[in-house]
Amino acid sequence: MRPIFVNIGERTNVTGSARFRKLIGNGDYTAALTVARDQVDAGAQVLDVNMDEGLLDSVHAMTTFLNLIAAEPDIARVPIMIDSSKWEVIEAGLKCVQGKAIVNSISLKEGQEKFLEQATRCLRYGAAVVVMAFDEKGQADTRARKVEICKRAYRLLTEQIVFPPEDIIFDPNIFAIATGIEEHDNYGVDFIEATRAIKQLLPHARVSGGVSNVSFSFRGNEPVRRAMHSVFLYHTIAAGMDMGIVNAGDLPVYDDIEPELREAVEDVILNRKPGATERLVELAPKYKGGKAVERVIDLKWREGTVAERLSHALVHGITEFIEADTEEARLAATRPLDVIEGPLMDGMNVVGDLFGVGKMFLPQVVKSARVMKQAVAWLLPFMEAELAGKPREMAGRILMATVKGDVHDIGKNIVGVVLQCNNYEVIDLGVMVPADRILDEAISHKVDIIGVSGLITPSLDEMVFIAGEMQRRGFSIPLLIGGATTSRTHTAVKIEPAYANGSTTYVLDASRAVGVVSSMLSPTEKDRVQAATREDYAKVREQFARGQAAKIRTPLAAARANHFAIDWSAPRPGKPAFPGERTYAPWDLRDLARYIDWTPFFAAWELVGRFPAILEDDVVGEAASDLYADARRMLARILDERLFEARGVVGLWPANSFGDDIIVWTDETRTVERARLHTLRQQMAKAEGRANTSLADFIAPGGDDWIGGFTVTAGHGEAQVAARFKSEGDDYSAIMAAALADRLAEAFAEALHHKVRTELWAYAPDEHLDIEALLAERYQGIRPAPGYPAQPDHTEKATLFALLDANGATGVELTESFAMTPPASVSGLYLAHPKAHYFGVGKIERDQVADYASRKGWDVAAAERWLGPILNYEPSRSSGSGVERVVNDVV
Amino acid sequence: MTKPIDVFLAAARERILVLDGSWGVMIQRFGLTEDDFRGDRFAQHNMPLKGDNDLLCLTRPDLVTQLHDAYFDAGADIAETNTFNATRISQADYGLQEAARDINLAAARLARESADRWAAKTPDKPRFVGGAIGPLSRTLSMSADVNDPGARSVTFDEVHAAYLEQARALQEGGVDFFLVETIFDTLNAKAAIKAILDLADEGLQPLPIWISGTITDRSGRTLSGQTVEAFWNSVRHAKPFAVGFNCALGADLMRPHVAELSRIADTLIAAYPNAGLPNAFGQYDEEPHEMACQLEEWVSSGLVNILGGCCGTTPDHIRHIAQAVAGKKPRQIPTRPPALRLSGLEAFELA
Repeated sequence: MRPIFVNIGERTNVTGSARFRKLIGNGDYTAALTVARDQVDAGAQVLDVNMDEGLLDSVHAMTTFLNLIAAEPDIARVPIMIDSSKWEVIEAGLKCVQGKAIVNSISLKEGQEKFLEQATRCLRYGAAVVVMAFDEKGQADTRARKVEICKRAYRLLTEQIVFPPEDIIFDPNIFAIATGIEEHDNYGVDFIEATRAIKQLLPHARVSGGVSNVSFSFRGNEPVRRAMHSVFLYHTIAAGMDMGIVNAGDLPVYDDIEPELREAVEDVILNRKPGATERLVELAPKYKGGKAVERVIDLKWREGTVAERLSHALVHGITEFIEADTEEARLAATRPLDVIEGPLMDGMNVVGDLFGVGKMFLPQVVKSARVMKQAVAWLLPFMEAELAGKPREMAGRILMATVKGDVHDIGKNIVGVVLQCNNYEVIDLGVMVPADRILDEAISHKVDIIGVSGLITPSLDEMVFIAGEMQRRGFSIPLLIGGATTSRTHTAVKIEPAYANGSTTYVLDASRAVGVVSSMLSPTEKDRVQAATREDYAKVREQFARGQAAKIRTPLAAARANHFAIDWSAPRPGKPAFPGERTYAPWDLRDLARYIDWTPFFAAWELVGRFPAILEDDVVGEAASDLYADARRMLARILDERLFEARGVVGLWPANSFGDDIIVWTDETRTVERARLHTLRQQMAKAEGRANTSLADFIAPGGDDWIGGFTVTAGHGEAQVAARFKSEGDDYSAIMAAALADRLAEAFAEALHHKVRTELWAYAPDEHLDIEALLAERYQGIRPAPGYPAQPDHTEKATLFALLDANGATGVELTESFAMTPPASVSGLYLAHPKAHYFGVGKIERDQVADYASRKGWDVAAAERWLGPILNYEPSRSSGSGVERVVNDVV
Repeated sequence: MTKPIDVFLAAARERILVLDGSWGVMIQRFGLTEDDFRGDRFAQHNMPLKGDNDLLCLTRPDLVTQLHDAYFDAGADIAETNTFNATRISQADYGLQEAARDINLAAARLARESADRWAAKTPDKPRFVGGAIGPLSRTLSMSADVNDPGARSVTFDEVHAAYLEQARALQEGGVDFFLVETIFDTLNAKAAIKAILDLADEGLQPLPIWISGTITDRSGRTLSGQTVEAFWNSVRHAKPFAVGFNCALGADLMRPHVAELSRIADTLIAAYPNAGLPNAFGQYDEEPHEMACQLEEWVSSGLVNILGGCCGTTPDHIRHIAQAVAGKKPRQIPTRPPALRLSGLEAFELA
């Protein structure tokens, strides 16, 4: 295959894909492999694998994932790009690939000795290298610096260690443009021109880059981002760019981009007209979600209270009325400062929330900060008058720096702008600042707060070091942590404990900085906020430790002795009115519509809040209402045109528990076993009086007891509907259809459960619950699903499906990993005892795994594979094998 | 002083060079007993040692020398050291990991002594010694456990350390170059290559490398799944003076793969097939003249520079091959334009 431009798959990257990060974090490597396979299927010619995440054992993750890929010929056929900012992770990756890989990346950041040493090792492992345009002075941003560094790196590689020039790939740094900061405006042109020069001057070398960086300031608006990527690639490929980390299958064709948008994007990328950024920002919402929104000047917002008006002005960056509104607020307040700390800060917090959920873009946040500054400027004279004669003081002095080893400063600069807009004095030490310099300058400038930032993973360790140094040197001022790889968890787990003398706070993004800084410096708020943060972080640490540490487990025998005891002599649901299996194909979709739980629907669209209150929500209410209206329209269409078909099957059978298993009998003589359901038992250490529960505890060991099972789907037809929308370019509707199918399936499960309680089993014939109470599960009995916390073993679905003939009855199939398809399907057991309740099995020990394996007829290794996520130990490596035998035969 | 490799390359420009043949068949013919393998040194060893052919370098050096002499007498230009399994990892099967270094050192010295004797006897025909580095019984790219595809029975670092020890001893014993051979898992070979290149860090001048992969069946792939071109892209960084295939296949089935490699590899091509495929009794029965006849055609077609024999071949096979290719023109090394050439299981080229 000899392409001219290489698409490098980017989804197997924990820094670029939240989904992949989650899968790896949960150790779900099977699903992570699917992500890799989808990339290759979609045409990725090289697979970028990145495991740089502060809380991940990146070496282990890289090794595990690449070893697993090696066993998947349809994935392993393409070369791997081993992507890490840590050499040890790169080297671990190189030890797992038999093919010729690309190392991404090495650079002159730490000087030429280290650079040549790492390049030599790449040579010995037999890998091509990506060289970042990065030297001792920092990351190259201008054309001249990019070319200069690449030339120097090329000469060193080809002359000093005879590195083959054709195996050198330069990454001259793609940076975000249209950020609202003027220095960033030419970054697109700098990259394009540097690419052209590198290709001319450095024979056989290649150029690559992370394309999605360029549109970072428009995150949340995928159509605009895709248009930017397409236009950017159009110009960079023409300039000679050879490969890019990009979701290329997803890009619009350059010529197909709406001319208005293309023009605006091109102006920004080529930096060819003043005001280009503002125009694109204005245009962007129109293209969001593929929906065209008419822009009308609506002054209705002027009718709100002054606080609402200030908030609106901040969110929308409107300066027109800000002085009048601020004055009105001042007159109503006791002190001018109250206006800042009250309505203005509230407004900025709204901006922060919107930015946090991707509903505002960086330039808009900067605009908001400018509105804020105007308001503060209006108040200043009054505040000075209040201080009467005392010299005017800045609100506080903040030292900011990007930590040693890191050069990313866009976020930090924006924080600086926002803080300055808010009357704080900012001392910015720039990038790659060593800890001792940060602390020396902090002392000499008598700063009130230190803020450190970083984007790449190693910066996390550096921040821990800085915190430790602050402790050692007796600092007590607040330390703020920010930057894309940082997180609340990492701050709480690793950084905060290192600095016991002072307070450490994670700042999610630029728009939150003012809120955090002002509370840290407010004499009235400071102690309370710091104590709350401390307490919060202690909780995060606990949670983290719970998730991580292999806790001591109770031996299985002891756990069984401490089972959930039910008094079997007390009354319980008896023989169902309609035992046996019953199929509903189809079930009336219209009946299901009223059982829909809308709250998770909004969550699927990243709108957080309970339905129906969310429709009235100040922030997302408008978006939520629009979405809800669209959803109702789509639902009506689904019902009218019968686009989906709902099918379900239910079975109610005589059953008794047998140890941790549940025996389903052929008939009420309870002599012949029809099937055996297996359950898992909690092994966590329990407090006095709390049981180690398993689902088998809810079924009587003898006598007249029953169990039920069901499978429902609302997914028939959904794939076709979604495909049709997609082919029409209407992704919004495609996603909507899928989200509704999911909701209808859940509604079906709820509706069928209701029917079981009141008619089929009829143990609660008089149940009268409204929908809300139903959705809150205020009824007797549970319907736990295999693969969920009460029975984490997905393979149990096979038994359930066999009992129900679920495939024949509903058309739902199980994949080899026991996922149901169509995906909008639900299956589970019915347990009717009044004491039956949901619980999580949690992590289990070897003794139970061995016991479970023997009950399932598996070997222990198979049990460990299926139960992998809930093992409380590392399964041992087995040896002896088929492959070795094959190998020996060959030799 | 002229380096042996320069003499070798000069000779390779003029003629087809011939490697020796198999050791297994020949050692079987000696009808050795357990005592032969144990010798005095391992008389008290707690595990059976019969079958550890490499161990004979220490316990029956006379037989090893006898075999080298037989192949040189048959017309071989190159002897391989008797060290196919002489790594710490493979010798662990016999509990002899601590003898690995000694075996390699002795093997290199025996081959060296024989080669030097023959070179002195026939000054117009220099003789060379290749240090044989075999594939190991454990593999880095494949799981040893069918239920756990991510499991590995050995680590890269362990393989690297074993090869480093072997290469160091072979070099110390006087080999002219390394022959990394019978590669069915390219990652094992990459560990061997890295070990050899890493000798530079110990102040040694790393010796040139010859790389010989194994296509295990008609699919045209290595056991670890790579195509011929993917394999070449994976090992090219060793800057091998020769690359090729050996083992698993006889000449007829190996030909298309050698032809493919010959087209893409800008270095010498070497091939040493088995004497056909094993028959029902596990014996190789392709006659010396049959094999020689096929290999002669390879030479006429300009596919190869170095020929020899693997499993089932004998000094008689080598004699026939040497005679058949004598005076024939070797393959011309093609030049290929530089390009970024990567690989997974398949090759990828950005032209």
